[in-house]
Amino acid sequence: MEEIYAKFVSQKISKTRWRPVPPGSLQTADTFAAGSWDNEENYVSLWSIGDFGNLDSDGGFEGDHQLLCDIRHHGDVMDLQFFDQERIVAASSTGCVTVFLHHPNNQTLSVSQQWTAAHYHTGPGSPSCGSAPCTGVVCSNPEIVTVGEDGRINLFRADHKEAVRTIDNADSSTLHAVTFLRTPEILTVNSIGQLKIWDFRKQGNEPSQILSLTGDRVPLHCVDRHPNQQHVVATGGQDGMLSIWDVRQGTMPVSLLKAHEAEMWEVHFHPSNPDHLFTCSEDGSLWHWDASTDVPEKSSLFNQGGRNSTFLSHSISNQAGVHQSLISSWLSTDPAKDRIEITSLLPSRTLSVNSLDVLGPCLVCGTDSEAIYVTRQLFS
Amino acid sequence: MELIWNLCEILFIEVAPAGALLLHLLDWVRLHVCEVDSLLADVLGSENPSKHDSFWKLVTILVLQGRLDEARQMLSKEADASPSSAGMCRILGDLMRTMPVLSPGNTQTLTELELKWQHWHEECERHLQDSTFASSPHLESLCKIMLGDEAALLEQKELLNNWYHFLVTRLLYSHPTVKPIDLHLYAQSSLDLFLGGESSPEPLDNILLAAFEFDIHQVIKECSIALSNWWFVAHLTDLLDHCKLLQSHNLYFGSNMREFLLLEYASGLFAHHSLWQLGVDYFDYCPELGRVSLELHIERIPLSTEQKALKVLRICEQRQMTEQVRSICKILAMNAVRNNRLGSALSWSIRAKDAAFATLVSDRFLKDYCERGSFSDLDLIDNLGPAMMLSDRLTFLGKYREFHRFYGEKRLTDAASLLLSLMTSQIAPRSFWVILLIDALPLLEEKEVVFSAEQTYELMRCLEDFASRRPVWREPGVQRIQEDVENTKLEMLRLALARNLGRAIIKEGSLEGS
Repeated sequence: MEEIYAKFVSQKISKTRWRPVPPGSLQTADTFAAGSWDNEENYVSLWSIGDFGNLDSDGGFEGDHQLLCDIRHHGDVMDLQFFDQERIVAASSTGCVTVFLHHPNNQTLSVSQQWTAAHYHTGPGSPSCGSAPCTGVVCSNPEIVTVGEDGRINLFRADHKEAVRTIDNADSSTLHAVTFLRTPEILTVNSIGQLKIWDFRKQGNEPSQILSLTGDRVPLHCVDRHPNQQHVVATGGQDGMLSIWDVRQGTMPVSLLKAHEAEMWEVHFHPSNPDHLFTCSEDGSLWHWDASTDVPEKSSLFNQGGRNSTFLSHSISNQAGVHQSLISSWLSTDPAKDRIEITSLLPSRTLSVNSLDVLGPCLVCGTDSEAIYVTRQLFS
Repeated sequence: MELIWNLCEILFIEVAPAGALLLHLLDWVRLHVCEVDSLLADVLGSENPSKHDSFWKLVTILVLQGRLDEARQMLSKEADASPSSAGMCRILGDLMRTMPVLSPGNTQTLTELELKWQHWHEECERHLQDSTFASSPHLESLCKIMLGDEAALLEQKELLNNWYHFLVTRLLYSHPTVKPIDLHLYAQSSLDLFLGGESSPEPLDNILLAAFEFDIHQVIKECSIALSNWWFVAHLTDLLDHCKLLQSHNLYFGSNMREFLLLEYASGLFAHHSLWQLGVDYFDYCPELGRVSLELHIERIPLSTEQKALKVLRICEQRQMTEQVRSICKILAMNAVRNNRLGSALSWSIRAKDAAFATLVSDRFLKDYCERGSFSDLDLIDNLGPAMMLSDRLTFLGKYREFHRFYGEKRLTDAASLLLSLMTSQIAPRSFWVILLIDALPLLEEKEVVFSAEQTYELMRCLEDFASRRPVWREPGVQRIQEDVENTKLEMLRLALARNLGRAIIKEGSLEGS
């Protein structure tokens, strides 16, 4: 059974992210950052999950994650990303984007750079300095892209004081999340259910492509790109629906999978095993979707808390005549043939699971019940 | 607080009978007076335990807490160390060993226990009378304690530290088979003896006394007064209520005490900036007033970000609180409109299924169009989808935009019929009619005939309809100029319509047109 360690940290956690391991190294993830929300004083903190070698001693305390350091953060932490090994970018509900620097020798965090009015409202009724929450941030060294409730997209570069490029009024509704497609292209999702692709090489403030569902305009909250196939994108919506899109083909999703009962806050493809997908939701569950096609017929669950549920999906696009090997298993979900194993990873229902991150065999997630869960044996 | 809770558990919930009561009380004291263990470790850890400064203090405490086996072990160490007192230690040890206690297996009856205990008590007395322990004052005082001598116990006030410890020890060594009913008498007298008139009872003492008297309501009342928040009282009352120990006497606004306290606690949670999510669950468990209170509280949570708003809305939707959903969405939508985020405003009104607000947003779009001559936020209007059906005005907006698209793509007949249907179907707002009519002009002026004769008649009818119902401008000045401009437009329109009618009739009348 997968061992999940829970720790109650007295603050509601809005984001958790693993620190990336240096490329080419054999290390596994050992440090993660967490951001809190809804407190009078919010913190961005760094945690360590201890020695990997102590796992099979008595379990319990040695497996627990320990706080390394933290720093005050103004406003709720709306999004968190590691810029590189030492720097963390945090998006705040005050519209401010901050880069924190971690000093490993004395285990402290300090503010390295800050863009205070990255997102703000202008309008006939809003005060002149009305701030807008910054809802999403994504980094690709040396660029940082942020989006916010003001419908604005900012492109920052580390160590530049002003934004390199700003697309004002990119969207008339709130932009919820952003991800890189290819380096000069980003994809945003908004609260009227549209995906928009923006190309920074082009001038002008128009998206290069817009995709959406034809049905109800359900707001989309999270997006993630397939690690190897840059045209496959997964999004999670307000009704808990998981959609897989192929951005080259048409403007409609490839498949819609009914998943959670409430908003899906985050969706992540596993970076090294992209046949596995993880989603977490307001209804307090965290699901692991396993679409690897060579999985034999498994009749039993492999953990007590798990829930192996059938899913409801309908393939929209016509996949006839395409080589199976070239398509990722996500694009060809045919209910008759491929089965997606879905298991619930958290032992019991909690309040909303706000965030999750996966790296290697490790998974971390943070909840509104003030707990952080870590497991180091995802694929046991 | 844990002290009070455990005592309530013992007295109210477990309802221990006479003999077992004392055992439970002993456990309770041992749990909450815990310096003993560290002292024990200290003394045992030292090289020569019996010569340690606190040795006798430790032994006394062990006896006071009824931990006679450990006390005996200590004494044996003393016996090893100083052979002179070995004999006395042995005797005392024997006395400790033979003290009758009620075994958990409960094989003896209470009377048997009483008898045995009486017997043992007398033996201790005899030793004391015989001055067996005369040479060692420590051992003598230990013996007196074991006899339950109040004076000896009071001497150990420091070690006892509080009156309930005194009470339990006293009961242990003088009335081990105490019945629950008599408990409060001993409690009161212990309190008086211990305090000795020096200090007055503190709130904690009052609470404990009330507990010993088995007066649940008094306990709750005292706790409510003494403790700073409602957490303890709410949970204790809830627990007692589930054990059916509280008679529900109805408070004057209709709920019982448990619900009242839970409501107070949950309201307190809502006042906290982040604990409001827990408060929701508490309100769910209050059958009478819970839902109403939740409805009132949930609308007043400050919403600083959309994510928080979404969580609040989800809570409301799960409980079918449609009114609250509407009002929260309306607030958010208003904010969005003020900040010029018309798409957000629309998505909030869709979530609340609020047709009126959707109408407001569409009016805003149309106003923008009138002022600027072009649409803002085309991405939104072009992709409305089924949400268009939410309100008439929204549908009109979508269709009007479609008309523009048709015109742009030169699909003139489609544009023409759409325009006509917009006017005849009555979904166009009155203020927009003139614009629609003016929009018809370029179509009428096209080289080929776009409007059929039927359609032209319709248009003329609409025009006359509009002209007859135009509001009469009362004030002179600017309005006159506007009126003139309008009149000119209408004249042009009439001319164009007439011309088109002519052409259409000719076209339809001729061979190709039929």
